[in-house]
Amino acid sequence: MPNRPIRDKIKPMEQRAPTLRKVAWLWFAISVAVLVVGFRQAIFLVPTDAAQGDVGRIFYYHVPIAMWSLLFPYLNFAASLAYLYWRKRNPLRALSADAFALASAEVAVVYTSITLITGSIWGRAAWGIWWAWDARLTSLLLLWLLYVSYLMLRRFSSTGQTQTLAAVLSVFAAVDVPIVYMSIRWWRTQHPAPVFFGGPDAGMDPSMLPAFFWNIAGWGLWGIFILLFRFALERRRQIADQEAALQAIEASLEIPR
Amino acid sequence: MKPFLQYTGHVLNHLRKDLRLEWRSRDAINGMLFFALLVVVVFGLAFDPAGYPTTTRQISGGILWVALLFASITALNQSWARELRNQVLEAQRMAPSPASALFLGKAIANMSFVLVVEAVLAPIFIVFFNLHALGDIWLLAVILPLGTWALVVNGTFFAALGLRARNRELLLPLLLLPISLPALLAMVQATTGVLTGDLDPIQINTWIKQLIGYDIIFTTICILFFETILNAE
Repeated sequence: MPNRPIRDKIKPMEQRAPTLRKVAWLWFAISVAVLVVGFRQAIFLVPTDAAQGDVGRIFYYHVPIAMWSLLFPYLNFAASLAYLYWRKRNPLRALSADAFALASAEVAVVYTSITLITGSIWGRAAWGIWWAWDARLTSLLLLWLLYVSYLMLRRFSSTGQTQTLAAVLSVFAAVDVPIVYMSIRWWRTQHPAPVFFGGPDAGMDPSMLPAFFWNIAGWGLWGIFILLFRFALERRRQIADQEAALQAIEASLEIPR
Repeated sequence: MKPFLQYTGHVLNHLRKDLRLEWRSRDAINGMLFFALLVVVVFGLAFDPAGYPTTTRQISGGILWVALLFASITALNQSWARELRNQVLEAQRMAPSPASALFLGKAIANMSFVLVVEAVLAPIFIVFFNLHALGDIWLLAVILPLGTWALVVNGTFFAALGLRARNRELLLPLLLLPISLPALLAMVQATTGVLTGDLDPIQINTWIKQLIGYDIIFTTICILFFETILNAE
């Protein structure tokens, strides 16, 4: 049949990548397993903190998630630059870069939100206040605001332009983050110095390390899993959009008999 | 030298056009001025500035900038909405002059409108808040233009970016505020430092330098990306 519709050539995602699905399930299982080990280490095995008591255990969630929450904005920035580069040269590849940018921005917002919430609970227990306008807290809050505004723009802007405008805003946000960091550090500081490379008092007791590293690994695996899951979902949405557009074009080309 | 002169010529043409438009209607300046005045009055009623001179000095830098920020947001959307009527913007996109010249002309025009508002508002503000600055008041002549440019250059860019969005009036502050927060911090801190006289001159200098850096960086990337967002389809 010479006039076979093009959309029949686009197979559904399940048929196209059976191996990918298996890898995804495996990845999901491994990250859950690592998180379970991390939970057991942090809640049951690590000795209780002498100064803070059991509240100190929130450290094993707050710090690893905070560390990963700083990674996803970089991924978003890189994907946005890739989108702007491919926008005219290779529009189909640009679309997948855009899906990746969207997924990483969403995961960045989720991880930053969890960091802010766990930090706030911990701050209430350790400092006696829910929030302090200290350098690290404020700069993380501003990071969160920047990526929420990125998602807002994606929601509000008109359909044809969303990807380009969002990519440009992502560049602005990425330029803004170091400026925010420097200006706020110059402004004030109360949060403890970084745990590693933070000066002579930095570093932690060896008994804390296993729980800490299991949780870093677990939340990293989990973050990358939800990032790729969201990416696959957005790709499907894009492909569905393309198919719908194709169908509309084909319908308009149909010759009446 | 010749391309530079040509580019400056384009910028000046756009600037002249925007100034003439504003001169004929005076919508932006009147609107901004009255809006900023209202914000100042509302804060004046809320804080009783004449009764507590020390507190007033500490908070009035923030109030002044908040008033100017909100006032300029109301005008920035209008400055691009003008171009939508009669498909003027489409004509601009087809014009042989570089897109960034259009942007720079518009940004400079908006900057001069806000500066007019500041020139009128500053004496009223001083009278209403019973202000007596303890620091070097002339530093404000540096801080005000630098801070205004930081707000206006990004504001003009994001107003153009959100021009075709579903509700652009809401979108502009949502985008502009998070990006401007470091600049706002710098200008409020510097202004408060001048008003209270508490801040070391070296610290005020550092805030001013940060503002200069912010202005240079964001002016550059606005110019670089304006063509992309103007032709975003």
